[in-house]
Amino acid sequence: MGKTVAEKIFDAHRVDNPCDDIHVIRLDAVFCHEITTPVAINDLIARGKDRVFNSSKIKAVIDHVTPAKNSKTAMQGKIVRDWARRHHIMDFFDIGRNGVCHAIFPEKGFVRPGYTIIMGDSHTCTHGAFGAFAAGVGTTDLEVGILKGVCAFHYPQTIKIEVNGALPAGVYAKDVILSIIGKIGVSGATNKVIEFVGQVIDEMSMESRMTLCNMAVEAGATSGICYPDMTTVEYLWPFIQDEFKTKDDARDAYLKFHSDKDAVYDALITVDVGDLEPQTTFGYKPDCVKPVHEMHGTPVDQVYIGSCTNGRLEDLRIAASVLKGYRISDTVRGIVSPATPEIFSRALEEGIIKVFMDAGFCVTNPTCGACLGMSNGVLAEGEVCASTTNRNFFGRMGKGGMVHLMSPATAAATAIAGFITNSKLFKG
Amino acid sequence: MKQFKGKVLFLDRSDINTDEIIPAKYLIEISKDALRPHLLEDLKLSDFEPSKDIAGKAIIVTRSNFGCGSSREHAPWALEVNGINLVIAESFARIFRQNMFNCGMMAVELQQDHIDRLFTDFSGDQTIIETDLPNSRFIVSSGKTRAEFPFSISDFDRALVEAGGWVEYADQNY
Repeated sequence: MGKTVAEKIFDAHRVDNPCDDIHVIRLDAVFCHEITTPVAINDLIARGKDRVFNSSKIKAVIDHVTPAKNSKTAMQGKIVRDWARRHHIMDFFDIGRNGVCHAIFPEKGFVRPGYTIIMGDSHTCTHGAFGAFAAGVGTTDLEVGILKGVCAFHYPQTIKIEVNGALPAGVYAKDVILSIIGKIGVSGATNKVIEFVGQVIDEMSMESRMTLCNMAVEAGATSGICYPDMTTVEYLWPFIQDEFKTKDDARDAYLKFHSDKDAVYDALITVDVGDLEPQTTFGYKPDCVKPVHEMHGTPVDQVYIGSCTNGRLEDLRIAASVLKGYRISDTVRGIVSPATPEIFSRALEEGIIKVFMDAGFCVTNPTCGACLGMSNGVLAEGEVCASTTNRNFFGRMGKGGMVHLMSPATAAATAIAGFITNSKLFKG
Repeated sequence: MKQFKGKVLFLDRSDINTDEIIPAKYLIEISKDALRPHLLEDLKLSDFEPSKDIAGKAIIVTRSNFGCGSSREHAPWALEVNGINLVIAESFARIFRQNMFNCGMMAVELQQDHIDRLFTDFSGDQTIIETDLPNSRFIVSSGKTRAEFPFSISDFDRALVEAGGWVEYADQNY
């Protein structure tokens, strides 16, 4: 009987099988940020176990509130910073070099096909875009990961979602994943891995695949996962060129992180996106999804473009292509947060930052801030934000605030109009 | 080992997320105790008053997909510092469920008709649940009404509860 890619990865990393389908697996990387790690660090200190299993496999960043906004957030940063120094964690990204975790860690080449990765952050599933098993965990799992380099999971069951057709103009990975979540619901993949396959995925950039896998957790999934191919190899080439003679060799070596033809799935779902329209959310759950035209005219107070879902260069390019030559509505506050310094820098070189500024956007440093209402764009009670982020929970971006999730193109068009609308209206 | 016994807080809604259990603005706290006054502060549920309804409760009974969203372990901690060590639901989001057992707390699934019965026969302020862990059953009582509900958790979950959490377990075993 064949295996899914997630099963192959588990079988190659198993340390223990304490009972039933619980498997303790060895971790290739443990990612850390300043919100969920400090409590783990303090607990390890209190237990007299202030150690790390392998300083080169731990990567850390300060990204949620940066620069620090008050004494408490400054202390969270300090705890992680001091810990990274104490344990010689070389891959630590502090202010000036820091970016949103799920954008900066892949950009630095820390994610590889076949890897097992945990982080105290639910959107860790993003890294499955590279053919890795990557799962968000709580602080205790993170703490044990830091100390022992292991984590316990149920042996993975996989839902295979095949995405076929050709994406219409103005429709993007964000629209695909919103429509899938709308279909299967916020618990449709709980305790499962979602494997994204099919022609549409094959043609997607790594950025788009990350957008897709990022929101797998919004359907409850443990990890999203895409098969590594030449697109993956091209993205990783600067980091793997010493390991392989040619890119074809790398691609062939990574074929072992594809599922077998006769692998057994928990469910198979086929989606045709040939007629897909841009999507947005209307309620307080990410599965409350509608085509944008049904929400046309909904006024917004703020437009936010950024986050681990849609703050990458491709996203900024798309938004800028809609914004170019326009000014955003006087009734809208536009905020864009390029997800990493590298993205910011390249967006500057390409003139994208100028397009945003000419349109009337505020350009912030790379940070998660606004997405979860911690800094850099918190909503007032009763306010509405059109956002390229991943969660529209009640109060997520600020107490009493409302969030509509959408693609960067739709968000840019919405900023110009002052109300939710389709990017077709503006795109040259 | 923690105690799993006491008065019940009934939350009659599915998909209660961890932003509702503890809003992100409190994630800047590095002591669990600081979370105490903010448990379920943003819960979208009519007639729910956190300060009044949470007081004295030790167990939550709710519907499906409890704890979805953010991975924040601050959600179990906010429950823990309010004296709530057990959540009974039709289903849980994976990370929240694991976080509960990792803290030596319990997140236990009951089938839908049993959850329905808890809501119809027992909802109210005076319901008490006792946990018979060795025999895997809950004993629910309210005045003269009494019922037993069997439950199942894996041996691993049980080991975590008995060890006091995953750090203790992992330390003994790996």
